Amino acid sequence: MTTLAPTAATRRARAWDTFSRNRLSWIGLALIALIVLAAIAAPLIAPHDPLEQDIVARLDPPSAEHWLGTDTYGRDVLSRMIYAARISLFVGFVATLIAMTIGATIGILCGYVGGWFDQFMMGLLDVMLAFPTLLLGLMIAAMLGASLHNLIIAIAITEIAPFARIARAPTITLKQLDFVEAARALGFGPVRIMGVHILPNMISDVVVMGSLWMASAIRTEAALSFIGLGVPPPAATWGSMIREGFDNILDTWWLSVFPSLAILATVLALNLLGDALRDAADPKLRAE
Amino acid sequence: MIQYAIRRLLLAIPTLMVMLTAIFVLVRLVPGDPAAVILGDQASDASLELLRAKLGLDQPIGVQYVAFMHDVFTGHLGRSLSSGRPVIQEVLGVLPWTIELTLAAIVIGVLLGLPLGVVAAVRRNRWPDYASRLVSLLGLSFPAFVSGILLLIVFAVELGWLPVLGSGDAGSLGDRLRGLALPAINLGLIMMAYVARITRSSMLGVLGEDYIRTARAKGVRPFRLIMRHALRNALIPIITVVGLYFGTLVGNSVLTEIIFNRPGLGKLILGALNARDYTLLQGLMIMFAICVILVNIATDLAYGLVDPRVKYR
Repeated sequence: MTTLAPTAATRRARAWDTFSRNRLSWIGLALIALIVLAAIAAPLIAPHDPLEQDIVARLDPPSAEHWLGTDTYGRDVLSRMIYAARISLFVGFVATLIAMTIGATIGILCGYVGGWFDQFMMGLLDVMLAFPTLLLGLMIAAMLGASLHNLIIAIAITEIAPFARIARAPTITLKQLDFVEAARALGFGPVRIMGVHILPNMISDVVVMGSLWMASAIRTEAALSFIGLGVPPPAATWGSMIREGFDNILDTWWLSVFPSLAILATVLALNLLGDALRDAADPKLRAE
Repeated sequence: MIQYAIRRLLLAIPTLMVMLTAIFVLVRLVPGDPAAVILGDQASDASLELLRAKLGLDQPIGVQYVAFMHDVFTGHLGRSLSSGRPVIQEVLGVLPWTIELTLAAIVIGVLLGLPLGVVAAVRRNRWPDYASRLVSLLGLSFPAFVSGILLLIVFAVELGWLPVLGSGDAGSLGDRLRGLALPAINLGLIMMAYVARITRSSMLGVLGEDYIRTARAKGVRPFRLIMRHALRNALIPIITVVGLYFGTLVGNSVLTEIIFNRPGLGKLILGALNARDYTLLQGLMIMFAICVILVNIATDLAYGLVDPRVKYR
């Protein structure tokens, strides 16, 4: 063991080393890249118009013409799934970004200010953390009404607490270090110290968790859409497609099963990626 | 310990007050006039006026807030708008179904998850570890309703082993257990994933400790070493996670109940949503908030039971 602390560059190199040696991380990355590309290129690769109705081809099982079958209105399931990826990924990404920003701000404030403010906020966040995510999102979405941005708000609120917790711990360590002490001695205000001196040194801890929580956000979105609190029709998300197909699941299984697999693949890919990122960023795990 | 429990309960009061305030604000965020939302577009002015008075919405916001807090702390959670029955009665009516399901899930999850996590940690970086990690990651990735749908199709429809829909109302004990089987397996497998994951990482931490090496050096048999020396010390994080998982478990049980058409909190919530029964939703939120706070405290208290080193301050 060397007594010198590794420089930022060495740390980054080691993290990259751990990440790239983990085969699962590459599978996750490839899978998520594929899904994102499909979502972006939806108009190019979707075999049919997702909203085009074809009464003759109602509820067709998977065939050469419609690979994943058609729904009650004769719309192509594959094309709808590809377009649905856009909304599901967008909701997951934006909600996680909002939660990350608000959560990290609260976490840094708690860690830096400390005292009763920290204790009170952490007590509150503990309860939020333990409160059923789905029910919290469900109540908020139900109260605000079903729409795209209400859905995003509802999911974002459910994820503020974990990000605040993640941001708080390194802040407490950092604020006792010499360079923060020096900044304080130079007369910098707390906002500047938190923003310029502490934030850049702990931001990677927070961002690394983004992948795992985006997976959770996509799961929550699917659940809310399944219950009927998602984006209103005719736009489709994976959750709302499952909902449409669920009533006749025994006869027309393809309506629900394929979007289910899409959700599973996306969440699994994000979890694989998130796990790998976390392992790479955590020096304790790497040392073993 | 009793003193500690009392102190924790007292400290929980401010937290509960803030949660209640949040719920109060949330319910009043309903866009437009709640009375109009509840009664629909066709309602007459007179009936709107009547409902507003009934819900106390014609009072100033401060008066409403005080009345709300007073009601909660005296145990009045209001009446369901659609059935007219007290919220508490509505909840207690379906609660046994949900408790039965969640308890079964916890039993399945712990019985399968603990050994899976222990084996993964002991055989680290060999195939049992990879298999266990993949299984638990899959479990973490399944939205409860997706796994429910797949289980339903495979076991109930294709194989025809178990009934497709929920537990029959009365029926014999056997019928009841068979109705419980699929929903409980669905929730239990997800629970298993969480337990296995945390057991693995907690065990890995403990297995690296000096006292494990000492025990091994003095010739403690591997099985005894793992069960008595390592696992007992690895239990605290596991309990924390099971406690924290309570929220997810309730959320997942709601989805599972909907999929398997089983009575319980899930169907109650769904019904309240569809009927725009805001008083029932508000009452449910309050009860969940109280529940979550109590489970948090119970989790902290459980530490002392498994680890005598824990001192309650």
